Amino acid sequence: MSATAIHHDHADHSHQPGFVRRWLMSTNHKDIGTLYITWAIIAGIEGGVLSMIMRAQLAEPNNSLVTNGQAWNAIVTAHGLLMIFFLVMPALIGGFGNWMVPMMIGAPDMAFPRLNNMSFWFLFMGFIFVNLGLLVGAGSGIGWTLYPPLSDITYSPGPSVDFTLFSLHLAGISSLLGAINFIATILNMRAPGMTMHKMPLFVWSILVTAFLLLLAIPVLAGAITMLIMDRNFGTSFFEPAGGGDPVLFQHLFWFFGHPEVYIMILPAFGIVSHVVSTFSKKPIFGYLGMVYAMVAIGFVGFVVWAHHMFVSGISMDSKVYFEAATLVIAVPTGVKVFSWVATMWGGSVELKTPMLWAIGFIFMFVVGGATGIVLANAGLDTELHNTYFVIAHFHYVLSMGSVFAIFAGFYYWIGKMYGQQYNETLGKLHFWLFFIGVNLTFFPQHFLGLAGMPRRYPDYPTAFAGWNMVSSVGAMISGVSTLVFFVVLYKIFTGKQKLAGNYWGAGATTLEWTVPSPAPHHTFEDVPVIR
Amino acid sequence: MKRSNRYLLLALGTALAGAVLVHPALAATFPKNSAGFPIHAPKPWEWWFQPAASPIQKSINWMMQFVLWIMFGVVLLVAGLLGYIMVRFNAKRNPVPSTTTHNTLIEVLWTVVPALLLVVIFVPSLNMIYQQSDYKNPYMTVRVTGHQWYWEYKYMQAKSVDFTSYAIPPNQLKPGEIKQLSVDHPLVVPANKKIVFQITSGDVLHSFFIPSLGVQRYAIPGQYWHQWTKIDAPGIYYGECNQICGMNHDDMPIEIVALPMAQFQSWLAEAKKDAAQGDVPPIHKYEVMAEAAAAKDASADRPGIALASAGN
Repeated sequence: MSATAIHHDHADHSHQPGFVRRWLMSTNHKDIGTLYITWAIIAGIEGGVLSMIMRAQLAEPNNSLVTNGQAWNAIVTAHGLLMIFFLVMPALIGGFGNWMVPMMIGAPDMAFPRLNNMSFWFLFMGFIFVNLGLLVGAGSGIGWTLYPPLSDITYSPGPSVDFTLFSLHLAGISSLLGAINFIATILNMRAPGMTMHKMPLFVWSILVTAFLLLLAIPVLAGAITMLIMDRNFGTSFFEPAGGGDPVLFQHLFWFFGHPEVYIMILPAFGIVSHVVSTFSKKPIFGYLGMVYAMVAIGFVGFVVWAHHMFVSGISMDSKVYFEAATLVIAVPTGVKVFSWVATMWGGSVELKTPMLWAIGFIFMFVVGGATGIVLANAGLDTELHNTYFVIAHFHYVLSMGSVFAIFAGFYYWIGKMYGQQYNETLGKLHFWLFFIGVNLTFFPQHFLGLAGMPRRYPDYPTAFAGWNMVSSVGAMISGVSTLVFFVVLYKIFTGKQKLAGNYWGAGATTLEWTVPSPAPHHTFEDVPVIR
Repeated sequence: MKRSNRYLLLALGTALAGAVLVHPALAATFPKNSAGFPIHAPKPWEWWFQPAASPIQKSINWMMQFVLWIMFGVVLLVAGLLGYIMVRFNAKRNPVPSTTTHNTLIEVLWTVVPALLLVVIFVPSLNMIYQQSDYKNPYMTVRVTGHQWYWEYKYMQAKSVDFTSYAIPPNQLKPGEIKQLSVDHPLVVPANKKIVFQITSGDVLHSFFIPSLGVQRYAIPGQYWHQWTKIDAPGIYYGECNQICGMNHDDMPIEIVALPMAQFQSWLAEAKKDAAQGDVPPIHKYEVMAEAAAAKDASADRPGIALASAGN
């Protein structure tokens, strides 16, 4: 697919906005994307520091780094919320989504540029409030899952939980408005000739993700509003003494929560498709299968939520249904994994840093998916629910799924975004250190879970000490690898190269590679024609 | 099919069947204290389930191996393909990429074969769900109430026996007791009898979790959820609270002592008498432990009944 794009470079310096106008009142999808990525890195650093504190405390039994159980619970809660809502989602959707989707469809910007800006600043305020929830009062010690009655006013008095719930409202509005923006943009602003079935897979992934957000976020909003009302206005939605039911919260939360995890992985799938195709110098194998697999995953993802509630008090028949539905998702996911493999098969594979991250993603995501299939069995979940086995599972698909894809996207697109390329040796060093670090951190956690170690514990019976120490060593290695990433960033920001528009070569076929690097402030102001 | 393929399939099938059948031999033996009284607690560097001590946990053990063998196969397949690709289709070795983007047969295969594998996994798992939901005809029922931060046990056939069970603080542990697992008043049950736990909470969510028995259910205020078990042999079985419940979530363990029927009956009679006088039931396990620790330490200052032949 080629594009004849005759665009005038509107980098007219007399029109250049000042700092406040450009960065606080942006209506430019690239600048807003940059804001999201920058803030995601900052939130990721905070979430990562919290995880280092946790692993340091858990390195040995009887440790004295975090001795207060409430402080521990607050750290656990903040770590989860920061990583999910303020690192992964902003980086993938707000960051790469904003930067790349308009360019990939040949649009000059998003459909609603001011709404786009509002989304970012709502998220920023959400970040402030999550930190208030951590630091003010006793801290929110309820887990990112927020279950009442623990999150109710009787057991979490004070303002901390209210701050946390408000932060989720803000983040939720941010995502909801962003979803509307992406759907309107993708459905209406594609360049002539770009039918839906010619859209790049990353654009498809953002479109499906946007629909998931649109449908799931309001349910979370309802659940947390009911909780806010129980806490502050005397209602008893979840209070048994008033006729309410704590399990209702779980249903509402997970009706959002399960699509949420697909929201975190679908854009990652999109990025991996682009990187694999570029560095195999081959088009993606089975494009339509990939599209419909993502749609299927998105759709089925809405009807499996109670696999998070197998030991919570659901009927036997419900368990049978939810197990079956959960297992079904493995089929479209398998189609995607095999399609990536088939894309590389017969290709001309260059193992540059983005491709290392993408191949690492495929391997690690399959491991995480395998443990997901284990957990999908209601009978097995009786033994594994809330143990470290679950923590290992979701960190494999998140820390090694989503985060690998975020790094893949970063290394793939940073030249396009900033105009300076990363250092290949340092990039590879970053990859290998992180890869070893996270595997050493999370693989032993499977053993801990099988042996029965519960999650959210600041201290544990001495028998669990061995694998905990290994896991903590792995965490420290991952931490060191992040320092390497900072060096990579420093060298990029102090670089003095001149990059070509398409610095990856023949394998990079989407529209963003037809514009200069760094991409001009405005692109495709004249509509390109897709053949 | 070709004869060589047939033999290959036969060999693979035999290997698979062998692995599946041999697995009971892999079931570990229970660690025992020096009195030969089995202690079911986690061991250092444990990389598998704690040894199974109930029918449910035995099923879980079997099913886990079954699913994991299949998953290992999938992971190895993908890893192998990726490894091969990185070597064989490296840009240096394969400078001209192919342009293949479709192959109907393989696309059908990689949709249908995983679906079949999932059916193979799903069918035996149904039995497990039914097995775990069979609460009929228990020998006895115990109401388990989770509180911040202790458990409460009430014997529904002897309702006066209703007592709390707190973790023993680390600085008060006696020899043979385990940090964050041992409690002051364990739940005492007969071995080899079906027991139903009626699980509820007095405040926030907790989870009643005993890994060696395959028991886990949330304790939800205002609701009773059932889990059954049948403890295969006398011994001490440890579990932990498994749903975040506040500050001391990690400090409300579960200790279940399964006694032979005769000992259990005498314990229960004693417990009813104590309850009638407003006392908590005796701390039995020190008798059990004392036999084991006789060579090491005298813990005779703790009250309790003397079991005639604990541990047999």
